[in-house]
Amino acid sequence: MFGLTKRDSTLLIIVILLTVLAPFILNPFPEGSAMAQFNAGYPDLMQRLVIFGIFAIGFNILFGLTGYLSFGHAAFLGVGSYAAIWMMKLLTMNVVPAIIISVVVAGLFSLLVGWISLRRSGIYFSILTLAFAQMSYSLAYSVLTPITGGETGLQPKVDDPRILDGALAAGQTPRANFFGLEMGTSYELELGNWIFTFNAGYYIAAIVMILAFYLSIRIFRSPFGMMLRAVKSNQQRVNYTGLNAKPYTLAAFVISGMYAGLAGGLLVAMDTQVGAERMFWTASGEVVLMTILGGAGTLIGPVLGAGFIKYMENIVSKINKSVLEQWFAFMPDGIEDFLIAIVYPFIGKGWHLTLGILFMLVVIFLPGGLVEGGQRIGRLFKRKKPSDDAADGKTTPAE
Amino acid sequence: MSNSKLTRRGLIKTGAVAGAAGLTLPTYLRADGHAGFTNAPTGDTVTLGFNVPQSGPYADEGADELRAYELAVEHLNGGGDGGMMNTFSSKALQGNGILGKKVEYVTGDTQTKSDAARASARSMIEKDGAVMITGGSSSGVAVAVQALCQEAGIIFMAGLTHSNDTTGKDKKANGFRHFFNSYMSGAALAPVLAANYGTDRKAYHLTADYNWGYTTEEAVRSSTEAMGWETVNAVKTPLTQTDFSSYIAPVLQSGADVLVLNHYGGNMVNSLTNAVQFGLRDKLVNDKNFEIVVPLYSRLMAKGAGANVKGIFGSTNWHWSLQDEGSKAFVQSFGTKYGFPPSQAAHTCYVQTLLYADAVERAGSFNPCAVVEALEDFEFDGMGNGKTLYRGADHQCFKDVLVVKGKENPQSEFDLLEIVEVTPVAQVTYDPDHPQFSGGNLGTCNPGA
Repeated sequence: MFGLTKRDSTLLIIVILLTVLAPFILNPFPEGSAMAQFNAGYPDLMQRLVIFGIFAIGFNILFGLTGYLSFGHAAFLGVGSYAAIWMMKLLTMNVVPAIIISVVVAGLFSLLVGWISLRRSGIYFSILTLAFAQMSYSLAYSVLTPITGGETGLQPKVDDPRILDGALAAGQTPRANFFGLEMGTSYELELGNWIFTFNAGYYIAAIVMILAFYLSIRIFRSPFGMMLRAVKSNQQRVNYTGLNAKPYTLAAFVISGMYAGLAGGLLVAMDTQVGAERMFWTASGEVVLMTILGGAGTLIGPVLGAGFIKYMENIVSKINKSVLEQWFAFMPDGIEDFLIAIVYPFIGKGWHLTLGILFMLVVIFLPGGLVEGGQRIGRLFKRKKPSDDAADGKTTPAE
Repeated sequence: MSNSKLTRRGLIKTGAVAGAAGLTLPTYLRADGHAGFTNAPTGDTVTLGFNVPQSGPYADEGADELRAYELAVEHLNGGGDGGMMNTFSSKALQGNGILGKKVEYVTGDTQTKSDAARASARSMIEKDGAVMITGGSSSGVAVAVQALCQEAGIIFMAGLTHSNDTTGKDKKANGFRHFFNSYMSGAALAPVLAANYGTDRKAYHLTADYNWGYTTEEAVRSSTEAMGWETVNAVKTPLTQTDFSSYIAPVLQSGADVLVLNHYGGNMVNSLTNAVQFGLRDKLVNDKNFEIVVPLYSRLMAKGAGANVKGIFGSTNWHWSLQDEGSKAFVQSFGTKYGFPPSQAAHTCYVQTLLYADAVERAGSFNPCAVVEALEDFEFDGMGNGKTLYRGADHQCFKDVLVVKGKENPQSEFDLLEIVEVTPVAQVTYDPDHPQFSGGNLGTCNPGA
């Protein structure tokens, strides 16, 4: 299908199903039940899950294939966001031009940063990209305040020019739309005690993510992808065979920067606001975590990792003491207090702690990330079959 | 955002069937005044969203804000001793929730980042069905969340935000600020500074290099220059700076005899400590004692800077040592519950929650437009700052501002500031179109839906 092997097609179809059915998958618990706290099927989080999925897919093209660890990818996300919001302020609230310009601007900026940073490799490359990202952050936060809004960031205002849009009706605020379809438009389906939200913005972002995912499969399987892998496994050898690796790595860097810009543009399209913190180094670190947690160099890993981290950030951080009290209310007083005392440090503001512990566990026990976890479970079920069929158990050669 | 729906939870509770097509109920089927806006509470509870920094540089303030919110909810639901509800000039609140609905709340972590704050606020609106969002400890976050609430049709009651922009160029019809602002700090401080340090001083500003720093510097500069001071130089310092020695050394060479530190939080603690360690305050310049001024004080900052704050002037929104009935009642019930006095952040958040609840009671509806109407030009008293006006033109509260000084002999770790003067409200009032606040557009209230 679409020039993919059977295995890749299956993977693509799985991703398509997951994203299309996300409103159902993420809302497994009925409203009003104690577990409803863990429902993630509301528009904002679903949008974030796919957008950061795109960001991580792009990062994985650079890190997973070439092994260059960029520690400044959030800068491209931020630059894309600023470009998109200016497009919305000046031109039109339609998200299409905003998203296109965010990709273009992020691409140009990553060309500049990549051209300089790729002169070095390894830790020096990481530090250079980190320096660029922090520089962009500081510029946006203070020096460039007239362009970036500084600390308060940028939002569309009622009196922005928006030369392509007609005048707003009185009392209306500018809203991001896709040829008239507002991003916030939701359609809610009620089945018994469950409510499933289908949000226009989410599906637009989801379609973009599926396209981005498809493109990344094609890159992974192309000769270009093979060259990038060659750079990762032994760059010296590539050089000795007379190949110049730099154009390849630079291309990967720019593609990956454009993915980040795309994610930035989509973030603005879904939630029309940009702040400089989007470029802070912790944001760059987050995408590294996402990729490693999910499985660097695998196709679907970064998407899973992004989903995992965003879920933790948005769901676990919102559990507070009174929610815990509700959960454990059925227990005797002493035990209830004891359980609350034990669980409390890991929820609410302690979500970083929970995430850190899970990250450590994954890195120690599943070095290949969540994807490796999935593979191990898969193997567990597969292994049984041959042992049932083959009596001697020696049908597979030892590797 | 146009959530063309009632709350998700509320819908279930009332068992309203939205039809297989999932369409909204036609307007004529709804109880008038209780629907037609985002997240209209339909059950016997109402959900408020408390969005405060629980991690990051302002986590201490966020924790104190959350304490105040919990206390406010307790009082609204009729628990505790009622706190300021007894001293509040409006008697609409009965202690039976809001409009008879029990108050419930959800919390979120803003991380003092506008992105995270908006994500958390959106989840409160979309997932938990919050009808009002409040909190925050930075102007960037306040402006970002305020814009979100305007778009979603939710009321935003700002927490601690001091930048002029929140009710200036970024003001929004659905957003309200009780806290004071940079301009008020400048206007309140200037006369006290003139009285204590004279009118022919030369000032040197160190300003945190971001939005709040700029508006504060501008406000203090224009008020002090108006009474005769001269501004020798104004230097911007990076927000992440922790060692200010290199910025302080040139101050002495500049011929200035007053140093104004437009810093907040950890920045202020570090810059003030550096300045005092450099011995600036023991110097004589132009035959005058060298002085330091900190426009925005908070108890938590004073605690961080320790003995260095002694005798240094600044302004604050509220202080627990105030002796009016409202403040005493609040300090009493906060102290009983938590064992220490509340900070100014806790005070403003507590008051904002009561003001919102009271406005809903008086309006008889949770509809944001009705609430806006009830709050605009609302005059009240008994909330700790004397007679206060919620001005309709920019949704800023106008009340007395406190000028404080670091105490020479603190009695306890909370007793660090003493009130020098309560600047009357007339002195800090400005026109809505004052140049420091220009460029904004309040717009009209948005009920969502």
